[in-house]
Amino acid sequence: MAVKRLGAQTIKFLNPPAIISTGSIVGPKEGQGPLADYFDAIIQDDLYGQDSWEMAESKLIREAVTKAVDKAELKIADIEFMFGGDLLNQLMSSSFAARDLQVPFLGLYGACSTMTESLSMAAMMIDGGFADRVVAATSSHFSSAERQFRFPLELGNQRALTASWTVTGSGAAILSHSKGGPFVTHATIGKIIDYGIIDANNMGAAMAPAAADTICTHFDDTGLQPSDYDLIITGDLGVYGKEIAVDLLNKKGYDAAANFSDCGIEIFDQKKQDTHAGGSGCGCSAVVFCGYLYQEMQLKNIRRLLLVSTGALFSPTSSQQGESIPSIAHAVTIEI
Amino acid sequence: MQKKNQTQKKKDYQKYVEQKAPKPKYVRNCIWAFLVGGAICTIGQFVHNNVEDLLGLTHLAATNVTTLVMIGLGAFFTGIGVYDKLGKLAGAGSIVPITGFANSIVSPAMEFKREGFVFGVAARMFNLAGPVLVYGITSSVIVGLIYYLIYN
Repeated sequence: MAVKRLGAQTIKFLNPPAIISTGSIVGPKEGQGPLADYFDAIIQDDLYGQDSWEMAESKLIREAVTKAVDKAELKIADIEFMFGGDLLNQLMSSSFAARDLQVPFLGLYGACSTMTESLSMAAMMIDGGFADRVVAATSSHFSSAERQFRFPLELGNQRALTASWTVTGSGAAILSHSKGGPFVTHATIGKIIDYGIIDANNMGAAMAPAAADTICTHFDDTGLQPSDYDLIITGDLGVYGKEIAVDLLNKKGYDAAANFSDCGIEIFDQKKQDTHAGGSGCGCSAVVFCGYLYQEMQLKNIRRLLLVSTGALFSPTSSQQGESIPSIAHAVTIEI
Repeated sequence: MQKKNQTQKKKDYQKYVEQKAPKPKYVRNCIWAFLVGGAICTIGQFVHNNVEDLLGLTHLAATNVTTLVMIGLGAFFTGIGVYDKLGKLAGAGSIVPITGFANSIVSPAMEFKREGFVFGVAARMFNLAGPVLVYGITSSVIVGLIYYLIYN
């Protein structure tokens, strides 16, 4: 019997796994943002000494995992499984990183929702007694995402005001059993929601209903209220998407406006850094959680956190064929 | 019935999203497009006037030389990473002149160099400019045929 299932879509961990260590590494632009002090490393050259953007992104994941392992005073060989993902076709960056790390690897694609997807899966593996140390890692790179999803970097076009800026960076979190937290206590797995938004330059609007649906289901399933959380933070809805999500939650009877934020809004200074709606990409919620939020939790400034990474599951093919953007969000409760 | 409700719900949401989206600064964008586009055309006219006199070319030959010079300039400024910044400011003002056409060919060629000179640079070069060429040339042929039929 599924003793750990709660309500419709939530898992309650009976032996909550601890996040024993995190690693975060970001690109130069993120390193000029307001959260710069929280990251383990800031690279100055966004090619990172590699021949291509894709290999640079792969090196970012490798370094993030290595940083997390070093901080936990472990060796790579101590990591039993790795859950990882990114935005590129066939998960190029994470599988190439896993090739170099030689850790048993399970690749995940949830677009920008992959951080909470990998955290949920890693937590289930630890709680289920299948492993003792599992790493969850994701990455994105502005230039590799631009060339796959949008236009060449040097093309003289104008970005839409609702468009977001893909974060260059990677975050990795090691989960294990430990007495000290922070602990992963719940995971709410999202359904794919599609309200028919077609504009790939307005992913915040496409993803906001998915975020609202998952958050609302999480409260229904667990009986918790928005006020039980110190912070509810979505992955990459951006400025306009966040407003929509708060509105939608209000309509469903949950007033979350007071402690609601978005990783994409936190990571950049929207006015000074010209990022339009905010940061996005798998790396966005990964570095904001593994850098900023994890440290704030260790300092006990945040005691209970709901991290809701949001993903737009479109591809250049689906978008050229005129299909709408299916979106997903997974929520993970982290407590200390 | 339920399906109809769903479609209505989606339509309402899309309308709501449209209201939420910020409006671009049309006046400022138009002024920049006018100034930058006008400046590029003025440079083109300057080149045209000078090559006609300096090289002693006919008017039509000078037009071809001017086109070459402007494409060269567009490619050069794309290569040194200036044209994308200009485009961000000017929008259509720097896309419509022939320098913008050069930018749309050179930028993917640079971007996909890592995939090699055959499948990268050469194959991807016309990713963006290809449609312009296909429909531009097709429509010029059609117009040419119509002209021929009417006047002969």
